[in-house]
Amino acid sequence: MVTEHDHICWGGGHHHCGGHTLAVEGICAAYGKNEVLTNISFKASCGQTLALIGPNGAGKSTLLNLLAGLMPPTDGSMKWNDTPLQAARHETAFMPQRTEVNWAFPITVRELVEMGRYPSTGIWKRLQHHDTEIVEKALHTLDLTNLQHRQIGALSGGQQQRAFLARALAQEAHILLLDEPFTGLDVPGMESLGELLRTLTAEGRLIIASHHDLSTAAQIFDQALLLNGRTIAYGATTDVLNEQNLLTAFGKRHITVAP
Amino acid sequence: MNEFLQFLTEPIALRSLWACAVIGFANGFVSALVVLRRSSLQIGTISCALLPGIALAILLFGFMQLSILIGAVIAGLLVGLGSLFISRRGKADHDTALSILHTTAFALGYIILIRLGLQQKVDDWLFGNIMSMSDTDLWIAWATGALAITAITILYRPLLIFLFDPRAATAMGIPTRAYSYGIFTLIILVLVSSLQAVGAFLTLGLMVAPAATMYLLSDRASLMFWGGGLIGSGGSILAFFLSYPLGWHPGATIIVVLGCIFLLAWLFSPKYGLLRHHG
Repeated sequence: MVTEHDHICWGGGHHHCGGHTLAVEGICAAYGKNEVLTNISFKASCGQTLALIGPNGAGKSTLLNLLAGLMPPTDGSMKWNDTPLQAARHETAFMPQRTEVNWAFPITVRELVEMGRYPSTGIWKRLQHHDTEIVEKALHTLDLTNLQHRQIGALSGGQQQRAFLARALAQEAHILLLDEPFTGLDVPGMESLGELLRTLTAEGRLIIASHHDLSTAAQIFDQALLLNGRTIAYGATTDVLNEQNLLTAFGKRHITVAP
Repeated sequence: MNEFLQFLTEPIALRSLWACAVIGFANGFVSALVVLRRSSLQIGTISCALLPGIALAILLFGFMQLSILIGAVIAGLLVGLGSLFISRRGKADHDTALSILHTTAFALGYIILIRLGLQQKVDDWLFGNIMSMSDTDLWIAWATGALAITAITILYRPLLIFLFDPRAATAMGIPTRAYSYGIFTLIILVLVSSLQAVGAFLTLGLMVAPAATMYLLSDRASLMFWGGGLIGSGGSILAFFLSYPLGWHPGATIIVVLGCIFLLAWLFSPKYGLLRHHG
């Protein structure tokens, strides 16, 4: 079946009828009695890059956590192709913030990417030939083949991000959830990661990332969800990031958007 | 020297040697979990918290291996989970709660042991007495070691994902909460089974040093487990042979030897050593 977004979906091998759409409806989240997200709704499809933008404490990370299944919503529904997202765990891959990763952990790039095969193989099955091929393809796609035997701490910031993206590719997930992927990268690193994300979406993935840099958001992401505990605006990034919306989200402290 | 060779032929010496090998390997293997989770100090406080469990078990049931073991496990779990509970329900952070709970538990255990008239025994519980190990102790050490190694080997792949990136592990559907309680229980079991050999005070060294040494020598996680086991058991056996002629306390010697091995790796590790060749 041909979907409205004409793209080739890389890998997966899962058949989807009715397109590749993530539909989030009225979700709420709370830590204890503190409600941090209220009534968030949006629809996003394969082939899109969606930025989650908002001030600190706006609930960007919480929203990613909800989508990744790290915490349950207190209300609302999340559906991937009309089935609950919770039942399609293999379809989401999560990439942590760089500062949260223990870079001294004794694993190589290849071992990190191989972790992505776990949801498919489970506890009892070893990696098959098929899995090895997928791992190698992911390494190749992200230009990490020559670095595959390096310990992950011995990589540059951009290479580290690519290694985690390679794990997400090896997982063959359609939805990539990235927590502040651009933080701490230098300008060339940011540019090449941005280009990479566009390539990955063109291949049929949906990328959702929290992002704090307003000046680069429009270059990297085609959709944006501006939030501050609730939805302030959702749509094309350039439309969403207008003066009025930013004032609502950030108050007076907001940083002006670079031309 | 002849005296030493003669001593080696005695069953008690053989049993101690076996204990060194088995307990050293089990602790070294499990120490990779502690080092990779970066939770050494927490484990240290919990090992000291085992004391009141032991004391209460003796108070209630007398000297029975199994009741002592269960008492220690319960005390460790109470302090470990209790500190989590206190820090989640109040203003105090986890380290604060753990420090207060474990010293309180330790002090209580000490009072009970003294009141029971077990002053002589207190030293054994704190620093270990490998020569007093019975066949039952050795069997318990075997069983817990085998359980730990089997469980870790079977669950190795998800376990590694959990240790490295708990959030991604959850997102992948790995039951991370069960894993963290499982790891905690496994560590306490191994700690308890090594109490006889190195005691509640010193057991932290055996539970951390072997994998910490491997951490300086290698970039492979699997080597931290198996290499940690080898260092733990090799170091303990070496310490056993050193302690008799030197007249040193065996449990303390084990910890000193493992500490020295760690220092050597810290200085001379080809990859991360302080004195490695730059260039």
